[in-house]
Amino acid sequence: MTTLHDLMNAPAPASAWVLAQDCAETGLDPADIRAEMRRRIGEMRASVERGLASDARSITGMVGWNAKGLWDAPDVLNAPLLRRVQAYAMAVNEENARMGRIVAAPTAGSAGTIPGALLGVADHLGLPDERLIDPMILAAGVGKAISRRMFISGAAGGCQAEIGSSAAMAAAAVVELLGGTPRAAVHAASLALMNTIGLVCDPVGGYVEVPCVSRNAFFAVHAVSAAQLALAQLESFIPPDEVVGAMASVGRLMPAELRETAEGGLAQTPTGLAVTARMEGRGEEGGMIELPMV
Amino acid sequence: MGVAYTSPMSLLDMIGPVMIGPSSSHTAGACRLGLVAHHLLGEAPRRASIGLHASFAKTGRGHGTHLALVAGLLGYAPDDPRLPRAFEEAEAAGLTVEFRDVDLGDVHPNTAHLEVQGDTGRVTVQGSSTGGGVILVTHVQGLGVNFSGAAPTLLLRYTDAVGMIARIAATVAADGVNIATLTCTRAARGGQALVAIELDAPLSSEALAFLGRWPDADWVRLLPKLMDG
Repeated sequence: MTTLHDLMNAPAPASAWVLAQDCAETGLDPADIRAEMRRRIGEMRASVERGLASDARSITGMVGWNAKGLWDAPDVLNAPLLRRVQAYAMAVNEENARMGRIVAAPTAGSAGTIPGALLGVADHLGLPDERLIDPMILAAGVGKAISRRMFISGAAGGCQAEIGSSAAMAAAAVVELLGGTPRAAVHAASLALMNTIGLVCDPVGGYVEVPCVSRNAFFAVHAVSAAQLALAQLESFIPPDEVVGAMASVGRLMPAELRETAEGGLAQTPTGLAVTARMEGRGEEGGMIELPMV
Repeated sequence: MGVAYTSPMSLLDMIGPVMIGPSSSHTAGACRLGLVAHHLLGEAPRRASIGLHASFAKTGRGHGTHLALVAGLLGYAPDDPRLPRAFEEAEAAGLTVEFRDVDLGDVHPNTAHLEVQGDTGRVTVQGSSTGGGVILVTHVQGLGVNFSGAAPTLLLRYTDAVGMIARIAATVAADGVNIATLTCTRAARGGQALVAIELDAPLSSEALAFLGRWPDADWVRLLPKLMDG
């Protein structure tokens, strides 16, 4: 299976090489993968649009209005790319939290990062969705190379495994979209990963809402930052595969309380515990809870 | 260094699945477990009893795990927009479901045990949702198996006897289909045995009908590929 080192040294564009390798392994037809990837970009696009337009609350009532709130607010920083990337990312994760239709990338909890970064940059620059197919294939290739060495789930490796992977995948995709080399794309992924190491998974009540929704906004921007550094030829001092190994080892050192069990961190704050108690007190789906005022 | 996946993952496993939120493991994976039971029952489900283990029991409700399992039983894929309304759809379809918390022992925390009855048949399925919407089915009809639904899978229950595996493999080969993986378990020597064969392509209806006519095979099913990657 492909390593990040292999990817980094692949002939440009890296996505073409990733696609050829994948089809050799799985026996799938490259044209089918490209067509399906195009369809999934459309699904991502639709989830962004629904999320930006809706302020309906999630199952718990903790999230639901953040993406629309940011999108409708004045751009006081005069930073349209920043606002777009953040709003797109949260739009997808709020759709996810209200049981809308999204594309896991690589997981549902981290589903906003890639659309936030990649669709956000493309829209900022006025690039059509057809241009996103190859970068998305490279993103998937980076995810596969990471999953070769670690489980991509919060339960196995903490949030670093989920949002770190999605940010690394997004960073590489943005680099390819902007014409960067395979080397720059993989270094962008590595920079994104090494600056995510240690992040725990401590969701309030165990729900994919807090901090997951805002976290996708932060890490979509993180991915764009990594791409910016790598496109300026900055590199990860630690080789990319070693960074993945370091992240995997930190995941193994992480106590179970901080790996998606809601037994530590934000989940165990007084407010987090109050939310959990109220949700467990309810028997059925639907409805909302009164949030404690803080 | 742990290797995350034993079989090659497709790029479409990384950007995907397209799914109803909020959790790839607790929603999409749960739906696929229900879908396995749906296909293996092979008729409209009427009654289901679903045991939820560990994390599925503890945090399932807020993740739509119950809805997703029922959606799967109704034959809905993880991206079906009807998934959030699965309870109402089940009622309309005449399906009654009960949930219980169970301790299935030393298994993955996201594991469910499903007993499903139709008008004529009954199926039991136990499986785990291992992350990103990927599942691993570990028991069917009470016997051990090991398949993911990523490939068409032939299941055949028969009376343990010399040469059965060879006959089954020969039938699959005569149909021009390659075997990817095969697991076989039995309750006892000469007792009930179950073979689960992951295939590179679906078996023809003729081959399936041929297997179904064997007097020593009492249950044959072809699970279609559940992943679109």
